[in-house]
Amino acid sequence: MLILALFLAGPWAGLWIVKGTLTSSMTLDILPLTDPFLLLQTIVTGHWPELTGLIGVALVVGFYAVFGGRLYCSWVCPMNVVTDSANWLHRKLDLKKGWQPKKHTRYWVLAMTLLVAAGSGSLAYELVNPVTLLHRGLVFGMGFAWAAVLMVFLFDTFVSRHGWCGHLCPMGAVYGLLNTRSLLRVSAKNRDACDDCMDCFEVCPEIHVISPALRGKGDDTPLIVNRDCTSCGRCIDVCDLDVFSFTHRFDTQLIQPTSIEPGPRDPVTTKAMGGHK
Amino acid sequence: MSDLKKTGLSSAKRRQFLGDAARTACGCAVAATFLTVYQAQAKAFPADAIRPPGALSEEEFLSACVRCGLCVRDCPYDTLKLAELGETGPATGTPYFTARDVPCEMCEDIPCVAACPTGALDHSLTDIDDADMGVAVLIDQENCLNFLGLRCEVCYRVCPLIDEAITLEMTPNTRTGSHAVFSPTVYADVCTGCGKCEQSCVLPEAAIKVLPRRIARAESAEHYRLGWEEKAKAGNALVPGVIDLPDRVPDAGGFEPVFQPGKGRP
Repeated sequence: MLILALFLAGPWAGLWIVKGTLTSSMTLDILPLTDPFLLLQTIVTGHWPELTGLIGVALVVGFYAVFGGRLYCSWVCPMNVVTDSANWLHRKLDLKKGWQPKKHTRYWVLAMTLLVAAGSGSLAYELVNPVTLLHRGLVFGMGFAWAAVLMVFLFDTFVSRHGWCGHLCPMGAVYGLLNTRSLLRVSAKNRDACDDCMDCFEVCPEIHVISPALRGKGDDTPLIVNRDCTSCGRCIDVCDLDVFSFTHRFDTQLIQPTSIEPGPRDPVTTKAMGGHK
Repeated sequence: MSDLKKTGLSSAKRRQFLGDAARTACGCAVAATFLTVYQAQAKAFPADAIRPPGALSEEEFLSACVRCGLCVRDCPYDTLKLAELGETGPATGTPYFTARDVPCEMCEDIPCVAACPTGALDHSLTDIDDADMGVAVLIDQENCLNFLGLRCEVCYRVCPLIDEAITLEMTPNTRTGSHAVFSPTVYADVCTGCGKCEQSCVLPEAAIKVLPRRIARAESAEHYRLGWEEKAKAGNALVPGVIDLPDRVPDAGGFEPVFQPGKGRP
């Protein structure tokens, strides 16, 4: 939200801190930033970008690779607000989770967008990319971009829970790939205090990342190491027992159980969900 | 026994994996087809939309532009805008301008090109006079005031490359028989397509318009040679011994041309 505000300060309030959009921007006339997915599409169509673009993309890739690729998804992407509201409505209406694409689907979508770009020689996906459409819409003028945004909202609410961010978005997939080795991690440090209330599974946009850390036993790392984790911190906020906290990837410490007795564990669930090795 | 069970399980798993992969691939193929068709349609580029200076050819431009809007932001005259989704214009998110509304002011430092992070606006363009955004065409001689014999000439006066990109050619006014017509004439190889002329045309609908080169220009056949040029180059006629018939000049027959340059009014 803060980042969106920085982008909007220019056109709305005449305060030019960041110019451009999330696809490529210039901060204070000195810091160029370019989106890796966009530049990747450009390159596969056969165009080699200018130095500014390359520096911009190097900075972005460097930052996210070090700190956490999918921080983009949870802290920068304007679509996050939309899918979050969709998920809120989804929970309020108590709907079924609906269609859940396989975990590799987003990479298929990513490959598809790049193939179409290479085949057609134009950034075809950018004609429909709801993320860039929304951001450009906010900064430059909406046009019909709201329709694309509405489609994602309805899709996430009624067709597929966490469907867009959690399964399909190819931009998220790129940032996910950058997330493989990054430093910032959520840790289920206090997992022994977990009472299986399932709140974290309710709010997490990428449910599958929690189990290995939370349901791990003994020497299993309490870190959420799956690259799909967006480090959004929803689990930290929602948990009444403060099981989760932000830390770095080398901090594998567990908090020793104190006065609170660990809740009873259903051995079947633990076995089924805790498949981390 | 356990081996058998294992292979049975793994083959079931493999079957499921292949099934899933095939389904996803089909889904992606369908999406790819729609996307390809959509982008092909989105390539339709209207004739009254003009790309910023230094823009690569439309084909290359669509592959290079990341639709960030930095050129729009750095344009000091708010000439450029980004195409919005649903508008019948250039591909969504790409920059363009409409000359009749706000033309390109041809800044010497070309800030839009400098701002482009991908080179969709070619950074090798350093002299704005070399820009090639389109060509001005005097599209309607029947309504152009100068062609009607008046001295409007606004398009000529506002041209940043006056007397190079546009001149006034004097021809006899055959209607009055005693005046001249100063016809605005564009030189396509000099014209940058900035659109100042189109914007300033005093008519409700401009008589001079900037068009993309693909529409504005014909192309001479490759094998055509202009005899007089070849003759000048060779120093003499290429085909010797051509019979030179006498030119028919309106003279002795008592024909008096209405307009006689240099003689003033008859």
